[in-house]
Parts: sequence; structure tokens; C-alpha cells
Amino acid sequence: MADAQTTVHEQDHHDHHDHTPTGWKRWVYSTNHKDIGTMYIVLSIIAALIGGVMSWTIRLELAEPGIQFIDDNQLYNVFVTAHGVLMIFFVVMPGLIGGFGNWFAPLMIGAPDMAFPRMNNISFWLLAAALVLIVMAGLTGGGPGTGWTLYPPLSSATFNSTPAVDLAILSLHVAGASSILGAINFITTILNMRAPGMTLHRMPLFVWSMLVTAFLLLLAVPVLAGGLTMLLTDRNFGTTFFAPEGGGDPILWQHLFWFFGHPEVYIMIIPAFGIVSQIVSTFSKKPVFGYLGMAYAMCSIGVIGFVVWAHHMYTVGLNVNTRAYFVLATMVIAVPTGIKIFSWLATMWGGSIDFKTPMLFATGFIALFVVGGVTGVVLSNAGMDVALHDTYYVIAHFHYVLSIAAVFALFAGFYYWIGKMSGRQYPEKLGQLHFWITFIGVNVLFFPQHFLGVAGMPRRIPDYPDVYAGWNMVSSIGAGITAFGTLLFLVVVWRTLAAGRKAEANPWGIGATTLEWTVTSPPPFHTFDDLPKIGGAQPAE
Amino acid sequence: MTHGTDRTGRNPRRSTMTAVVLFGVAGGMVGLAFASVPLYQLFCQVTGFGGTPQIAVGGTAEAPVSDREITVSFDSNTDPDLPWQFRPAQRKMTVRLGEPNLAHFTAENLSGQPITGQATFNVTPYKAAQYFVKTACFCFDEQTLQPGQHVDMPVSFYVDPEIENDINAREVTDITLSYTFFRAPDDTDPATGTGARSAEAPKAETSPKG
Repeated sequence: MADAQTTVHEQDHHDHHDHTPTGWKRWVYSTNHKDIGTMYIVLSIIAALIGGVMSWTIRLELAEPGIQFIDDNQLYNVFVTAHGVLMIFFVVMPGLIGGFGNWFAPLMIGAPDMAFPRMNNISFWLLAAALVLIVMAGLTGGGPGTGWTLYPPLSSATFNSTPAVDLAILSLHVAGASSILGAINFITTILNMRAPGMTLHRMPLFVWSMLVTAFLLLLAVPVLAGGLTMLLTDRNFGTTFFAPEGGGDPILWQHLFWFFGHPEVYIMIIPAFGIVSQIVSTFSKKPVFGYLGMAYAMCSIGVIGFVVWAHHMYTVGLNVNTRAYFVLATMVIAVPTGIKIFSWLATMWGGSIDFKTPMLFATGFIALFVVGGVTGVVLSNAGMDVALHDTYYVIAHFHYVLSIAAVFALFAGFYYWIGKMSGRQYPEKLGQLHFWITFIGVNVLFFPQHFLGVAGMPRRIPDYPDVYAGWNMVSSIGAGITAFGTLLFLVVVWRTLAAGRKAEANPWGIGATTLEWTVTSPPPFHTFDDLPKIGGAQPAE
Repeated sequence: MTHGTDRTGRNPRRSTMTAVVLFGVAGGMVGLAFASVPLYQLFCQVTGFGGTPQIAVGGTAEAPVSDREITVSFDSNTDPDLPWQFRPAQRKMTVRLGEPNLAHFTAENLSGQPITGQATFNVTPYKAAQYFVKTACFCFDEQTLQPGQHVDMPVSFYVDPEIENDINAREVTDITLSYTFFRAPDDTDPATGTGARSAEAPKAETSPKG
């Protein structure tokens, strides 16, 4: 709120006494939340390019029936696996949580840094090590061809005997440790280091989203770590957690994996909710409609997200009552999600909307998340899911919510905050062109996959019958358009950093009311050495 | 500012406390993941989830309480690592609810070494599993067969009449009892000196290049 802003002290002139590290030490030894955030974003972009090249290779292979150039099925499996792991653990999570979260959660609550700056450094470098490990896995002994879900018996020593799978497991372990440390850091920071007056109910929604995400990470990732450890000992030390010959049960892995895996999808999308809330409010020049509803909708999505995991497992032979429960619980998630969608629309309603690039991506997010959400409700029906399980319909569904929606939130956050982070504003025309090309590209890419899925085209296979040829070609053309959009994004990054005009402290005007807009662009190395005081009765969204 | 807070609002002691609690939560979740292994087994045994039949060792069925008849089919599988021939002596039995029954399987060790095996079992349809009660079974223990030895393996069971009172399971007229015999996990193959589940054994047949 405007009155919140006016009570904040000017921060710009307090850093003259600081010893700011320079050169490689500034980055490698960094304990500064802004520098670490920047490193996360760079890592995310690098991983996105590797994962993107894999997905474009997959789409090239699938452009026509028959085998084009991936004549090694294991290689195809490795591409599918590595694409999934990279995009989830090394693109969306580091981008949204490590990147924007590190940069802006402390700034938005008026904290000088994260609670444990050295732990923050470890979190980042663990993730970098995990990225190296997963790339090594892809280059070892034919690679891990298990899918990102690592289902035994496919991931057992019998069917994937090379150390590639062990390296992939190790990579996920290390990435998980990074996430848990990061989550502890975020929760401690948000609970203990808010500026005076910044009550929980005045926190910007992005900070709320980081708090919910951090709790999900804290509760879900250790379960993955436990499951991965069992898988590792099953593979190497003769235990039989998931092997029926020793009294184990492969379905137990699926329960453990999805108990982590379902909260994981909310870990990826809830920060996106937070970013979109900030942007919609800023560019509609209105406070968010239903602030408390928005905050508690995220909390309830987080809670319900822990009790719906078996909707990924409708075909493993759950009895009818169990399936009925999971159908119901899954559909309940549509309620808080609907609250969020309608509150965004109500925020825009009657607002003086300015369709700058971040707002384009945010509205694109809302539209496409609704498409992915609706197909999610379709798939939540156990009866429908038996027919659609493991088809391209599922691919289309989760790419609409994750590949499109979460990545749109990444782009939205990038355009929204790049002026603040780099001190240079992006070129508006190029940014808008990037949006339209990407928007058209991803829809041409993923919408036809619904038709392919309903027609029964299975996932994870490099070949298909001729009957699926038409829409696959359309989909691959969409991938080409998206690839062009990605190149354009790199041009935008280059133009911004090389020739962007200087960004003022608040380039967005009266709509931007959160604390990060009260410091210079880029912010000084140390911000809020003296605590800002937050006044006003209304939330600071 | 509260006591213990420095100029920048940091309160190291409070932050450390929070972090300790959160580390505890993370550790607890890892513990829960491992606890889920026995808990899941227990859950399956109690509810018959996933086709886990009921076990009542030493228990006996009362006299048949109903004229309702159910066909029980027998299915047998042998893991390729176990050089045994294992098959049911009868394909089907017609049993009455509550009636004690005895079925037979036969197993023969086709190899030249003594081998220990362990059978796993499962009942379909899953919803009938909680009414399928085994009172004695060769599958409760590991079985060791000498070279060429041929044995009879009995299983005694009854179908709980309670199945009549379950609106979901009442319609069941056929139940299949399936066994899969594996080499026992701790049984070592004297020919190679490796354990049954050693990672090396199957390597030859799984080339990473498809």
C-alpha cells in the first residue's frame, strides 16, 4: 500500500561502509541472497536449455511415424527421463524457489538476508553438484532409462543394471538435500525475520507462496529421500523393499514416490501462483481481490495435496472404495484453485490494466492453467483415467500446468523483476513478441496431444502407428515455434543486459506496492540494514 | 525490538530454534518413509488390500455355514532364477463357505544342488482377499529341496462366510489363489557363489543398448 511505502526509510545510502567481495569469490563463497538468487536463475536457464534440446529431439523423432534418427530405444528412454528430471528439479524449482524466492522473499518482508546465509550457499552448490551428477548419469553406461518416476522393477538391478541409475538416484538425493536445506532457510526467514509491522497477514502473496512451498518441500522431499535410499540398497546391497521375491512390494515404491510426487507438483506451481498474484495486482493497479482467501487457498491446496497421491496409481489395482476416496479428494482441490482463478479475474475486473510483458505472461498463465486444470479434473476420475492412463492426454495435461503455466510464471517473474535484479529494463517490444510466439508455439505443441491421447497414443515410445501421424506433425511444428521463441528469449536477455535502459527503483508505477520497489534497481549489496517499518491497516500486497 | 535482536532484526537464537525444529520434522519424515514399509505390510494384512489373504495359523474353520459354493482356482508361477517345477495338483476346487479345505501343490528341484525357495501369494479378486483365510501353508516358511527331490506342498484354507455380508464382495463366485516361488533372498548359488539377488547375475541379459 502506498502508505506502507512512505514509512519505509530510504535504503540507498547505507552501503558505503560495506566490504563487498569481488571476482569469483563473490559468487563461489556467496552468502548474499541476491547473488545466490542470480546463480539459481542462471543454473535454471542452463538446465532449461539442456532439457529443452532433449524435448526438441524427442519432438523431431516423433514428427513422423517410424524411426527417424533415434534408433536406440534406450537413448529415447534416457532423453525422456533426463528431460523430466532436468525440467522439474533443475529448471522450475531452482528458477521459482531458489531464484525468485531467494531474491524477493527477503526483500518483500524487509529482511536484510536469509536467516542462514551460509546454508543458502550450500543449498545452491549442492544443486549444482546434483546437476553435474544427472548429466554424468546420462553419459554413463547407456544412461538411466527409467522415467523420472524410477518405478521398480524397471529401475531395479535386473532391468537397469548400469551405474547410470545409481548416479541419477544420487543426483536426486543431493538435489533433495539442497531443497530441504533451502526450505528450512525460507521458513526460518519468513517466520522470524519480518520487519516490524509486517505481520503474516500483511505479507505479499509471493512470500505466502514461498512459505507454503517450503513446508511442502520439508514434508515431501524426505519421503523421496527415504524411498530413494531403499531403491539404492535394493539395487546394490540385496535388500528387497520393492522386490516380491524377498517379500517386498513394487507398489510400495509408487506409494512413497507419489506421496512425494504429488506435493512436488504443487511445489512447482504454488510459487507461480505467488508471482502471478503480484503481477496481476501491479498491472491492474489494484490490491489483490480476496487477499486472505488467496493466502489460505494456497495453504489448503498444500494440505490437500498430501492426501491425493494415489490418483497417479488408479491402474495398480486399488479397490473401488479407495479409488472413490482419491477421486473425491482430488476433485476437492479444484475448489481452492477456483478461488485463486476467480480472485485473479476479480483483481483485474475494473482495474486499469496495463498489458506489459509480465502481465501478458501472467494472463497467459491464468488461461493456460485453467486448460490444464480442467483436463486434470477429467483425469481425476478413476474410470476415465483407466482409459487415459499413460497416453498423450496425460502428457498434454501436465505440460499445460507445468511446462506452460509454471514456465510462463518463470518468464512473467523474469520480465517483472529483471529491471530490479539487473538495473536494466528489458526491451518491451521484443518481450511482447517473445510472449506471442511462445503462447502460439506451446498451444500448437500441446493442444493436439489431447486428441492423440484420447485416440490412445501411448507415452514413452519413439514410434507410433500411421493413424497418429497428422497431429504429431502439428505438435512438432509447435515445438519448432517454441524453440524459436526460446531463442528470442535469449536475444531479450542479451539486449537487456547489453543495451537495456536504466531501470528506476519502481518502473511499474502506483500498482507496485511491495518493498522490493522501494530500493534502487539494482538493489545495493546489502539492503534493509535499518529495518523498514510497515504501517497501514491493509495487507501489503 | 525484542531482546536478543540485533540492529538488522536478526534473532540468532530464535532462528536456530526454528531450524532445529524444522530439521527434526525433515528427519521425522525420513523415519516415516521407512516406517511405511512395515506399516504398509500391516495395513495390507489387516484389510486384505491388494489381494493379501488373511492368515490364521492354527485356527480352524467351523462347519460349513452356508450352501453357497465358490470356485477356487489355483495358479502357480516360478521365478526364472529358481530351477524348480512348481504346479498345483488340482486346478479348481468347489468349496462351501466356512468349510475347511486342503489343496495340494507339487514342487520338484530340477537342479543338481539343494535350493531354498520362498513362495509369495496373492488372491484375486482383491475384494475377496480379506475373506480368504489360510490356516496352514507351505508359503509361511522357506522350503529347501534336495537335488531332484519331489515334494507335496499342502495349503489349508477356508472362505469366511462373512463374505455374504459384504455388499461389494457378495457377488464373487470365483477366487483365484496364486503363488510365485522365488529363490530365497539369502540362498546362495553354489555354482556362482553369488546371492540370488546379486546385481551381477542378470547383467549379461540386459544390454543397455536396446
